[in-house]
Amino acid sequence: MSTPAVAHLQTEFDRDLCERFHYYMLLMRELEDRIENKLYRQGKVVGGCYTGRGQEAIPVGSAILSRPGDWLTPSHRDMAALLIRGITPEEILAQYMGRATGLTKGRDGNMHMGCSERHCVPIISSIGASIPIAGGLAFAMRYRGESNVVFNYSGDGASSRGDWHEGLNMAAVMNLPIVYLCNNNLYAYSTPLDKQMKVADIADRVAGYGIPAEIVNGNDVLAIYEASKRGVEHARAGKGPYFIECKTFRMSGHSAHDPADYVPNQLREEWSRKDPILMLQKYMVENLGADEQDFVDMRKRVLDKISEAVEWALEQPLPDPATLEDDVYASE
Amino acid sequence: MAETTYVEAIRQGIWEEMERDDTVFVMGEDVATYGGAFKITKGLLERFGELRVVDTPLAESAIVGAGTGAAINGLRPVLEMQFADFMACGFDQITNFAAKCRYRWGQAIPMVIRAPAGGNIHGGPFHSQNVEMPYVHTPGLKVVQPSTAYDAKGLIKAAIRDDDPVIYLEHKYLYRSVKEELPAEDYTVPIGKAGVCREGSDISIITYGWMVHVALEAAEAAAGEGISAEVLDLRTLVPLDREAILDTAKKTSKVILLHEDTLTGGLGGELAGIISEHAFDYLDGPLVRVAAPDTPVPFSEALERAFLPSVEEILAKVRWLHRF
Repeated sequence: MSTPAVAHLQTEFDRDLCERFHYYMLLMRELEDRIENKLYRQGKVVGGCYTGRGQEAIPVGSAILSRPGDWLTPSHRDMAALLIRGITPEEILAQYMGRATGLTKGRDGNMHMGCSERHCVPIISSIGASIPIAGGLAFAMRYRGESNVVFNYSGDGASSRGDWHEGLNMAAVMNLPIVYLCNNNLYAYSTPLDKQMKVADIADRVAGYGIPAEIVNGNDVLAIYEASKRGVEHARAGKGPYFIECKTFRMSGHSAHDPADYVPNQLREEWSRKDPILMLQKYMVENLGADEQDFVDMRKRVLDKISEAVEWALEQPLPDPATLEDDVYASE
Repeated sequence: MAETTYVEAIRQGIWEEMERDDTVFVMGEDVATYGGAFKITKGLLERFGELRVVDTPLAESAIVGAGTGAAINGLRPVLEMQFADFMACGFDQITNFAAKCRYRWGQAIPMVIRAPAGGNIHGGPFHSQNVEMPYVHTPGLKVVQPSTAYDAKGLIKAAIRDDDPVIYLEHKYLYRSVKEELPAEDYTVPIGKAGVCREGSDISIITYGWMVHVALEAAEAAAGEGISAEVLDLRTLVPLDREAILDTAKKTSKVILLHEDTLTGGLGGELAGIISEHAFDYLDGPLVRVAAPDTPVPFSEALERAFLPSVEEILAKVRWLHRF
C-alpha cells in the first residue's frame, strides 16, 4: 500500500505554504470527524451531517489563493474554504448545534452557512444553483472594474442541473471572472457517475460552453493549487471563466445517516490509498525535511483547538423563540 | 402637460433611478439593443451603456441567479422576465435562495424582478397568466402590481430603492390603455399601502391590477342603480395593507374580493380569511369572491372573454350582495 507520488510540479512549494495546506486539511478532517463521529452520535448535532472526508485538498489548494475582495461559494464538502476565509471552528460548531451565535443564528443547519463580511455565500441545497450566483458576484466585480474573482465549488451531481448549464453559458458569454472547482467524487448521493452522464469527464460538458477546462488529481493539494493559480491568473487578467475538474472520491456516505453500501469495497480501498493528507505528508517528508513527529505535533494542536471550540459551542445559548419572525424582511 | 402611459411611466421610473444611483442596472432577454419585448427599456442602452443595460442568453434561472449574486455584491439589479409566465423557470432561484438570504445569513437582496402579467391581450396559455400567488406565498418576497401610470412609476422607484427582493407585476393590458399626467418632481408610492380609488358606502370591492378598472366600471354602473360601491386598489400584495382592507370592510359591511387570477388558491381566499378573522362582527353578508375559473388562460377571443371576470359578472354579484 503506497501513497502515489506527486507529478508535474511547476510551482516552488516551500515548507511554510505546505504547512498551511497541512494545517487546514487536518483541521477540516478532524473537525468534521468530531462532528460526525462524536457530536452527531451523541445527539449534540442533529439533522443532516455532510463531510468532505477525502476531498480536503480541493478547498484548501484553491481557497488559499483567495484575496479579501474575492467571493467564494463553497459546496457542502468544502469546510476548509470557510476556515481559510477566517470562519472559526467555534462559529462552525455553534452553527452545527443550532446555537444563537452560529453563523445563521440557528435558522439553518450544518454546512448551510455563509458570511457576507468574509465573502462566503452559504450552500444552496438545490445543487447547481450557486453557478448563476457566482456569475452575479463576478458581474458586480467587473461592473466596478475590480480584479477580484469568484471561487465556485460544486460536484459531479450539480453538472446535471439546468442551473449549472445556464450559469456556465452565461459566464462564458459575459466573460466573467470565475474559477469553478468541481469535485468529481464519482457519486451524487447513491448515483454513480455513469448514471449521471454519458461523457467521460465533466470537462467534456464544459467544452461545449467555450470555457477552458483542465482535469487534475483532486487528492493532490499541490496539483489543485497549481491549477487554481492558472485559473485565478486567467480570470484576474480578464480572460473569463476557468474550470477545474478535480477527480476525487467521497470517503463517507452522502450524509452521516448513509452507510454508502452501494459503493464497492474495492473502490473505497483503492481511494483510501490516495488519501490527500498522507500524500501531502509524503511530499513534505521527501522534499521539505518534515518528519513524523511534526505531523503528530500538528495533529495534537488541531485536536486541542477543536476540543476547546466544542466546549465553547456547548455553552452557547439556543436562539430565543421570540426571534422566530425577525429578519424575513428589512426592518423599517 | 402631456399624459404618460403606464408603459412609459415604468420606463421613466427605471431611468430616473439609474440616474440617481449608479449601482442600479438592468438585465434580461432582449432588454438592451431591442429595448425589451414591450419597450420598457428602450433608450436605456444609449443613455447608460452596455455595462448597465445587459442582454442575456435565454435563461431565466441564470438571470435571477446573476441578479441575486450581483445584489449580494453591492448592486441593485432590475431584472426583466419577458413574460411573468416564464418566471417559473427561475422559481428555484427566487424562492429557495433570494427570498431566504436575509433570514438565513442576514444578507440583503435589493433586487427587482419585473414581470409582464395578465391577459386580455389574446396571449393564450403561456403569455397571459397571473402568477402572483406562489410568490405571495413565499416569505421574504414583496409583491406589487400597479393599476395606474402614477402607481406604476411610484412603485417601480420604491421597489428599486427597497432592500428586499420585490416581484413587480405589470399588467400588459394596461401598458398603453391607461395614461395620466404625472408630477414633474421625484416621487415614490410606498410598498404596502393600498388606496381607495372610489369612495362608496354600500359595498366594497377589493382588487388589484387591471381588475381595478373593471371594478370601477362596475361601480359606476351600480351607482346608476342606486348602489354605492367603494373600490380598494391593493397595489401591494405582500405586505398586504391589512388596515385599509379592514377599514373598507368595516365601513360597508359587504365585501367582494375580485381578481383576474384563477379562483382556487387565489388572493381572494386570503383576504376573506383576514376579514373573517378581524372584522366578522361587522359583516352583513357573505364574503364573495369573483375570479377567473380554474382553467389555463385560453387563447380564442370568445373563450378568453368568458374566462376573464367581467363588469356584468361583478355587477350581478354586487346586486346579489346588496339585496342580502
